[in-house]
Amino acid sequence: MTFALNRRTFITLAGAAALLPASAFALSSDQARQLVDALVAEINATIASGKSESAMIQDFAGIFDRYADVPIIARTAMGVDWRRASADQQKRFTEAFKGYAARKYGGRFREFVGGRIEVRDVVTVPNGVEVRAMAILPGQAPFEVSFVISDGSGSPRFINLFIEGVNMITSERTEIGAMLDRQRGDIDAMIADLQKAS
Amino acid sequence: MKPVFVSLPVLLALGACSVAPEGQSIHDPYEQTNRQIHEFNVGLDRALLRPASQAANTLPDGVTQTVTNFADNVALPGLIANGILQGDVKGASTNTFRFVINSTVGFYGLFDVADIIGLYEEDTDFGETLAVWGVPEGAYVELPVLGPSTERDAVGEIVDMLYDPLGNWVTDEQLAYGTAANVADKIITRGAFGNSVDSVLYDSADGYAQARLLYLENRRYDLGQEQSDAYIDPYADPYFDPYEDQ
Repeated sequence: MTFALNRRTFITLAGAAALLPASAFALSSDQARQLVDALVAEINATIASGKSESAMIQDFAGIFDRYADVPIIARTAMGVDWRRASADQQKRFTEAFKGYAARKYGGRFREFVGGRIEVRDVVTVPNGVEVRAMAILPGQAPFEVSFVISDGSGSPRFINLFIEGVNMITSERTEIGAMLDRQRGDIDAMIADLQKAS
Repeated sequence: MKPVFVSLPVLLALGACSVAPEGQSIHDPYEQTNRQIHEFNVGLDRALLRPASQAANTLPDGVTQTVTNFADNVALPGLIANGILQGDVKGASTNTFRFVINSTVGFYGLFDVADIIGLYEEDTDFGETLAVWGVPEGAYVELPVLGPSTERDAVGEIVDMLYDPLGNWVTDEQLAYGTAANVADKIITRGAFGNSVDSVLYDSADGYAQARLLYLENRRYDLGQEQSDAYIDPYADPYFDPYEDQ
């Protein structure tokens, strides 16, 4: 079923990786892989912690903050409208986006109890280094989860992720665009919607 | 069964495939109609599929897994045929071994023994066969009941439904069991991914656009196609918007 794959999308967001020392040089494959290994370990630990859903969502928000370049993901999701937003709107939007992403993706992680993510391959891509992993969940065929790592922010962070080809950035860009359309382009109203969305 | 009947509509439909303009990742000239069909499909989900899937979720795992195994197994001859048509020797062989093992040791496919020994299904369909043969993707379409598709995949789905190689070996009545298992499997899958499907259909600001994007990205990934917009560098130009007006 087509819709079914979307769930895999949620796994992805789970990822946020460990902070690594910033390098003046281009990001190496090893650095990217270390980041994803640490990220996966934190996700797995959270899933296995047995905490309540709301506590897990808090944990995932923290992981997202530490491993992902949240400002650049938020900005990219907003697209051209970012340019006409005021500095204050940009700041509030980024904060709202962080909470939204943690609720939307983190809230579903409990479904992955008993599963694991295994890194398989590291390749250089036009916008950074892509770490490809397989998610292995009980009773399901394994599927690919991949993280794009960049040090464009000054330290290695993940800037996008794919689950079986489904791209978080394009998906959230579509979603934020639809929220803006629904509010006839009113950025403040869209931010208010985003604060409630999951 | 009767490939002659299939070929005429196939040719007509393929001739009508519309080709996306260069560099456009979403080609949706029938959007207005598609959105109406989407509304219909969401209504159908709300009234039937969603409640049925919630009921399926209450069944013991052993029951649903057995139904899924059986449905997967009866689908294998179709997968094998498509693998052969694509010249995919490895995929067709893997699926053939799966079919032999699960139909015998797995007791008519009720148990998935092949999975246990690491022989995973190589999923494919006639839409992929058409892609391998060079037929263009065509426009995005949302089909009633069946959901998101493209012109090429819609033709594939029709061909796969009309022509099931399993029909050469079993009676029509036995074939009907396979079809029933297939429908039940769809309901079970809808239940297993319940929250995620709900998120797209009911929580999203534009469920139609989300479903369209998810389908196209996942389908192109499955077919091994390059996605030009997959690796945009957000630091190079964070304001660049290749998806404007979606």
